Amino acid sequence: MSSISSKGSDPKRSPDLGLIRGLSASFDAGGSLEMFRRICLIRYFEIEAARAWKDGFIKSPLYLSAGQEAIAAAVSVMIPGYNIFGQHRAHSVYLAFGGDPVKLIDELLGRPTGCTGGKGGSAMIHDPAINMAGHHGLIGENVPLAAGFALGSGRKTVAFFGDAAAEEDYALAAIGFSSTHKLPVLFICEDNDLSILTPVKVRRNWNMVDTVRALKVPAVDIADDPWLIAHHTKELIKDLPAFINCRTCRHFWHVGAGVDGPPEWDRFALVKKELDGLKIDHGDIEADTERLVKGLWQERLRRL
Amino acid sequence: MARTVAETIKEITRGHLTKNNGLLLGQAITAVGWVNNTVPDCKGIIELSMADVSGSGIAVGAALAGRRPIFVIRFQDFLILNGSPLIYYAAKTKEFFGKGTPIFVRAIASEGKGAGPVHSGKLHSIFMHFPGFRVSAPVTPKEYETAWKDFLEHDDPAIVCEHRASFDNKDEIADRVTGRSDVTIYAISIARFNAVRAAELLERDGIKCDVVNIVRLKPFLLNDRLLGPLKSSKMGIVVDTGFEPAGASQSIAYELMFAAGVPVKALGLADRSVGVTPGTENSTPDARRIAEAVRTEYGKRRGR
Repeated sequence: MSSISSKGSDPKRSPDLGLIRGLSASFDAGGSLEMFRRICLIRYFEIEAARAWKDGFIKSPLYLSAGQEAIAAAVSVMIPGYNIFGQHRAHSVYLAFGGDPVKLIDELLGRPTGCTGGKGGSAMIHDPAINMAGHHGLIGENVPLAAGFALGSGRKTVAFFGDAAAEEDYALAAIGFSSTHKLPVLFICEDNDLSILTPVKVRRNWNMVDTVRALKVPAVDIADDPWLIAHHTKELIKDLPAFINCRTCRHFWHVGAGVDGPPEWDRFALVKKELDGLKIDHGDIEADTERLVKGLWQERLRRL
Repeated sequence: MARTVAETIKEITRGHLTKNNGLLLGQAITAVGWVNNTVPDCKGIIELSMADVSGSGIAVGAALAGRRPIFVIRFQDFLILNGSPLIYYAAKTKEFFGKGTPIFVRAIASEGKGAGPVHSGKLHSIFMHFPGFRVSAPVTPKEYETAWKDFLEHDDPAIVCEHRASFDNKDEIADRVTGRSDVTIYAISIARFNAVRAAELLERDGIKCDVVNIVRLKPFLLNDRLLGPLKSSKMGIVVDTGFEPAGASQSIAYELMFAAGVPVKALGLADRSVGVTPGTENSTPDARRIAEAVRTEYGKRRGR
């Protein structure tokens, strides 16, 4: 089972964790719709990727971001131009920050025109066009790399990783180093509560936010509501380093396109409901993005 | 006045940090002798915490930022922990992402005086094993300058196996080749000092020896300098500072043997852990041990 197995494992796991009443209404419609467009881009890309995997077109391990897309979508809107250090599950990060979907499709299909030359596949997305450093596949390795890059370049940097990668001793130590040297790094933990299928409560009795705060890094623990993430990103980047722990749900298996049951919550549906409440018309964006992504996949698969 | 190896390292480092926008990172490098007086007191030095894996990742991240960092590993045994970001990231970026990650790893060996199991490692063999590294073992000032120039001319991670026993050396060491030898002795790192003395001992027994220096360990090029003496010898021997089983001595002996069609023995550290007390140490083969190994092997072949 995927996300449903973690149900009730942590009282803080809630789609409403940290929600600020009326926050979404403080965003202009254009900003909200841009976040939604990026969410749609990721969601429909992942649906097509899952289909391609099930149909046997993708022959390498596949790490899908569906369910977690609001995090990268919201963060990317707030920090354009940052240098990006993603993790193995980084389709969402790549697409949200403006990566070329065609190059990602080609990468998943093992083509030399892929963003990593068709050699790395799903877990090793790399694209200098959007300042995204490649990932090698070891979870959490990108955290010290991001810290070192920020140290060496002085450039603003973001690192995305999961709740299991965050446990890597080198990830924690690198956050500590960033604190010591006041490095301009924003750390984003996509906390789906699962290491493959093992929930956090089985793995540790401490939480990331308390630990990171002990390292003297400002940190918040929130749900994956895009308005909430955007709000905290905007505030925290004023004084880096900083850490955001985003409670989220992955829809598919850790690797592959299987589904064991319904997710704890479906952020995609919740975002649409919120937009409805704000009376922001979002239907065209969703339909247009779905059509665009489907067309890209069909066109690339036809070339096989 | 001729410089020592230590003075050469210090001078190269100072130039890199003050003129090339370079960085130097390491643990406890600006105290207690400043790493045997090889680290200059100047800008560009970053003291890392004792968190090994993250420290290495941070150094690799600085390399991604283009700083061509010098990464000091005070004792090569620490490379087991520090190796992950080097092996799994720095050495792979060229193949996967099309761009190398140039980091100059000062991997310092030592032995004797109770160095024991975690301060006497010579681990160059491990880095010869993995793809993507340039590995060398300089023990003279000019060899060190060549290793540095090689680093600047390439964008690969460089593992430079230093040895504290060479730090006071001012002399260059030429191959000792007559072309009429019975045995060709190949030696690596400080085994080269012992090989010269072993050849002298063996001459007294009527066994004529050529001595050939091996500085570049990877890429390992089988050229005429290496093969010529062996082809006119009855046998060869490769003497290394590291463990013999599956190590540099056996690997290079294999290469030489197949290329020249002449038997080549390997001689390195015995297959046992290194103790701290006299009699339990496991040091680089000294002149007597090298001579004894040659006598035994050469005697077997003459007796046929």
